[in-house]
Amino acid sequence: MTYTAGIDIGSTYVKALIADEGGRVIGRALVKTGFKLAEAADRALAQAIGNSGLQREDLAYVATTGFGRFLYPARDLNTTDLTAAAWGARFLFPNTYTILDVGGQTMKATRLTEDGKVKSFRLNDKCAAGTGAFLEKTARYMGFNTEEIGPLAATSKEPVPISGVCAVFAESEVINHLSHGSSPADIMHGSIVSLVDRSVQLMKRVQMEPEFTLVGGILRFDKMAAVIRERLGTEVNVPPGEEVQYVAALGAALLAHRRMQKLTLEASQLEEVREG
Amino acid sequence: MAYAAGVDVGSTQTKAIVLNERRQIIGRALIDTGANVVQAAENAYVQALQDGNIREEEVEFVVGTGYGRYKVTFGDTQITEISCHARGGVHLFPETQTVVDMGGQDTKAIRISPAGEILDFCMNDKCAAGTGRFLGAAANALGIGLSELGPTALRAEKPVKISTTCTVFAESEVVSWLGKGKKIEDILLGVHQSIVSRSLGLMRRVGIEPQVTFTGGVARNQAVVEVLQKELGFAVNVSEESHYMGAIGAGLFAMDHLLASRVPMEAPRPEVVR
Repeated sequence: MTYTAGIDIGSTYVKALIADEGGRVIGRALVKTGFKLAEAADRALAQAIGNSGLQREDLAYVATTGFGRFLYPARDLNTTDLTAAAWGARFLFPNTYTILDVGGQTMKATRLTEDGKVKSFRLNDKCAAGTGAFLEKTARYMGFNTEEIGPLAATSKEPVPISGVCAVFAESEVINHLSHGSSPADIMHGSIVSLVDRSVQLMKRVQMEPEFTLVGGILRFDKMAAVIRERLGTEVNVPPGEEVQYVAALGAALLAHRRMQKLTLEASQLEEVREG
Repeated sequence: MAYAAGVDVGSTQTKAIVLNERRQIIGRALIDTGANVVQAAENAYVQALQDGNIREEEVEFVVGTGYGRYKVTFGDTQITEISCHARGGVHLFPETQTVVDMGGQDTKAIRISPAGEILDFCMNDKCAAGTGRFLGAAANALGIGLSELGPTALRAEKPVKISTTCTVFAESEVVSWLGKGKKIEDILLGVHQSIVSRSLGLMRRVGIEPQVTFTGGVARNQAVVEVLQKELGFAVNVSEESHYMGAIGAGLFAMDHLLASRVPMEAPRPEVVR
């Protein structure tokens, strides 16, 4: 059995995952990115290896992805986060045609071709109002941390309209709503609606087609998927639990396996030529 | 002697000014706006009255301006901050043809005709990039006070290029530069250059015509002034009162109204502003 690792070095978290040839996840780990990316990647990989019960030597290939993919020297392969997410999403949900990836500092919409290649994509990484940072900021203005966003929004019945033009200006808007007696849960819900509206715009620009697969750290808040379902009027695929954060890492590990197989094949062909 | 007042309710701070008939500033106040905007307007006004040693009855006309101008419940009328900044800028610097106002949450560029009329204006009010908040975020990330920002940046030798536009992302960029061993002053000068370059873009859209008068709270930051002057290639007007410019403009409009409504015989001849 051969094993590969995918490391997704994102703006907020590094996700490392070890998979076998069949795409079965043997171990995974998530650490805060911070500012020393190579170190964070090392730590995430070491933790994932620890969880898998394997040794570093058991890993045949290490593929990196995410914005920091070039900053990890010990990689064998690097791939864009769009390709990695496409591989991961198609593996988990073979009928995926549109992927929405919402991370801490980016939002990406990708349209896939019949055979799972990236056909077109749009991304926002210039403005926090269209990324997870928007939710983190609104939560913080109300005294909640990132992990509390999900549970908080889950209790809301009716979202408060949040304009969502700027994550900084949202502060005065949030304070205003609070002083008018709106509940933090409804404000959080409203922020999610605002973020979802932006994501729908982004998906429209890649000519979205079902099935939809949602990935990225922000999708661990159930309300996100619920609001997207409502806005799109259709069912969406969401990898369960924490898996939603590891889709690109999984895709990278799968790509590493494919590269391995290709190299093995080439080697055996060379062997045949030499023998013949 | 009659008095008039201007109250400028900004997103971050509220400013109040009391003028006498000779259009001299005799009282002023500046407070944080906070969550209760109505209260902030009232407090600033009362403080300005106390500062000038004036009783409320002596003030005959009050003009509210700024984003919270309709929260000035005691105001007799409201005038946009665009008009007030232009009016204040031209009053203090009669040759002004371009006003750039940098506040806590918005930046404006205003073009003014030689006759003192507003020709065009442009605002950055949808995004915190290029406003005072951008500096605030950097100060926050570096753990230094707002008043130290300018002096620290002026010590820079090799400014760092800040690549992010968004204020939220800039905060993490600043910390990452710090993590890479860059000096605080070099990072800060980069931050100042970034906000100036954003406001220059705004100014170019209305056309830059000297003299340029720089108003708003950010004008108190010497590094912003110096970077702006360097980029423009000429000196800009900055008043000691730059922070109060909107309130001064509102006060001047209030005094205009007051004097114009008087019986001509009684009225002292209004000072010709231009």
